[in-house]
Amino acid sequence: MKYVFQFGIVRDHLPELIHGAWLTLQLSFSAFGLGFALAVVLAFLRDAGPTPVRRAVGAYVELVRNTPFLVQLFIIYFSLPELGIRMEATTAALIGMSLNFAGYATEILRSGIDAVPNPQIEAGHSLGFSRLEIFRHIIVFQALRTVYPALASQFVLLMLGSSIVSAISAEELTGITNTLQSTTFRAFEFYFVATGMYLAMALGARALLHAVYWSAFERGQPTRGAWAR
Amino acid sequence: MSRDFDWSAFLFILGAVRWTIVLSLIAFAGGAIGGLVLAIARTSRFVVLRGLAAVYIGVIQGTPVLMQLFIVFYGLAVLTGLRIDPWPAVTIAFTMYAAAFLGEIWRGAIQAIPRQQWEAAAALPLSPVAQMRNVILPQAFRIAIPPTVGFLVQLIKGTSIASIIGFVELTRAGQLIVNVTFQPMIVYPIIAALYFALCWPLSLAALRLEGRIDAALGIGKRP
Repeated sequence: MKYVFQFGIVRDHLPELIHGAWLTLQLSFSAFGLGFALAVVLAFLRDAGPTPVRRAVGAYVELVRNTPFLVQLFIIYFSLPELGIRMEATTAALIGMSLNFAGYATEILRSGIDAVPNPQIEAGHSLGFSRLEIFRHIIVFQALRTVYPALASQFVLLMLGSSIVSAISAEELTGITNTLQSTTFRAFEFYFVATGMYLAMALGARALLHAVYWSAFERGQPTRGAWAR
Repeated sequence: MSRDFDWSAFLFILGAVRWTIVLSLIAFAGGAIGGLVLAIARTSRFVVLRGLAAVYIGVIQGTPVLMQLFIVFYGLAVLTGLRIDPWPAVTIAFTMYAAAFLGEIWRGAIQAIPRQQWEAAAALPLSPVAQMRNVILPQAFRIAIPPTVGFLVQLIKGTSIASIIGFVELTRAGQLIVNVTFQPMIVYPIIAALYFALCWPLSLAALRLEGRIDAALGIGKRP
């Protein structure tokens, strides 16, 4: 083995890598926000909408969860232009990530909604609440608390999965790394460092989400330990 | 000169489904062996073993599969000095990936076995290996089936990124056909439909098995 590792060249290009990592974070947090907002609407429609709407939401969730993210991206970025819908790679990436995350988050929220005890919902009915009011005042907060750990894991999966958007030439961390390695011929070094950056972001996100959970749901509570891990 | 999407193009895509299945099965089989070792290491009495398995699982689950694939693909080339085929790279990368996830799923299943079962096994004249093999694992196996089937869906979908390093499976076949037909509006939805046909039955099976096993273990549904 004659190969000499040269990590110095990676250091020279560190600003570009950090720029890419920043776009990865922006994409991930934006997609989380958009996808989660959509998921709340979809979860409500699936819980309380008319039957055809419920079926449509169910079909959407199953379609998203049973096809690869890469193929979903190809449909958005390569197929839609045939219908006259064109967009930049970064926009397509954001839309793809949001729609994908919404599918998973809807399913996660549903399990949380199912876990809210029925008597509470009946109590809401007997107080004359509408379905939307019951959803907003009784279900959402409790459901959120139940599913928070699952949503947090799903967020980390979203962030790591975002590396796939490099396949439609979005210039996030993986995309930048691809470009750099092809011009410097130091593939292994660049991928090694980029992987380390992903690991740091994943661990950081986990710690952050854990802290948010603690301050939102457990601070000042007598019992601890709802977090699954 | 482009040609239309025709029957032969469809057959080409359909033929590529088998490479998606073959890659998934190899990764699943290899991952099952690695996952079993990891799960046992994660639940062992030895701190070092537990720690090593935890670090492996943490790194694999904390980094993108695509990056793992690139590192194996380019790393192998660097170490051997040869330009290697996508085949060994994708099988190694997806096996390592599957091992980490299966190891974590099965660790959960092993730890779900009630303490009394471990104590009862220890009270019998069985070696530690026999306790694991004859008492703990058969019970853990049942609990582990639904999430394992669920992971298989994740693995099948995940293999689509093998296309990025040029391995011809279902997604890559779709790209190749798009390159000659220029009809992505027809081809990619077909690709998606074929993945759906592979994955959806497995997802349904995982859901049904989960219900059945919950019932068997007395974890009833809410009234």
